[in-house]
Amino acid sequence: MDWQGQKLSEMLMQIMLLVSAVVAFVAGYVMSSFKNMLIIYAASVGITLLTTVPDWPFFNRNPLQWLDPKEAEIHGVRVQKPKPQPQNTSKKPSKASKK
Amino acid sequence: MHSFAYRSNALFTFGVTILAIMCIMVSVSDNFNTASPQAQIEVLKINRFKRQPNGNDEVSLTMNISADLQSLFTWNTKQVFIFVAAEYETAKNVLNQVSLWDAIIPSKEHAVFSIPATNKYGFVDQGSNLRGQEFNLTMHWHVMPKTGYMYADKKVISGFRLPEEYR
Repeated sequence: MDWQGQKLSEMLMQIMLLVSAVVAFVAGYVMSSFKNMLIIYAASVGITLLTTVPDWPFFNRNPLQWLDPKEAEIHGVRVQKPKPQPQNTSKKPSKASKK
Repeated sequence: MHSFAYRSNALFTFGVTILAIMCIMVSVSDNFNTASPQAQIEVLKINRFKRQPNGNDEVSLTMNISADLQSLFTWNTKQVFIFVAAEYETAKNVLNQVSLWDAIIPSKEHAVFSIPATNKYGFVDQGSNLRGQEFNLTMHWHVMPKTGYMYADKKVISGFRLPEEYR
């Protein structure tokens, strides 16, 4: 999940839980049923869990752009020399590892 | 929010916090309910009135207990416990209380009733003070909520008198 995705996930989680709490409370009060309030809240916690906890593709729309190692050296960043690989001199493969 | 476990933990803690706040609000919402319970008790018959071998007076009586406790029930009420106590004054003690009968009302549908009941628990005085004794029958109720604080109230029905002689 990228940075924007993490922010989105946290915001979604909080908004969904707050809204569902309000909905559950009002519905329970109107129906005069404590049990229904708990059921509605539990169900929406489940939906929130499924929405915000797994690493869905829409949390990965802004992948982190890593600097190319060569460019990084220009900016004064020490780059560990990659292990000598069989003749791949022209361009280092850009490492864009993400979780 | 960088890992599965971190997100699960954040969701769980926030969810439980909100649940606690909801429970508090449910408890607060009970204050908007104004309860006006009705209760009436009549003594139908004194079945038995005697002195026990150890010198204590014992009474067995049949009451008719009628009540409308529907207004005690809100969406936050789990059950209502009621009991009827005989209360009287003796030379030694200003207040004597003897529990005679009790019941648990599980729901609003069962909150209106009118039943004859013989005392479940012995009406026994610690001594021999019951002949000609005036006493009250008091209906106590304890409202047990699903969440929040429990409260109790009572209604005193006075003007009963035990016979002058054992029977």
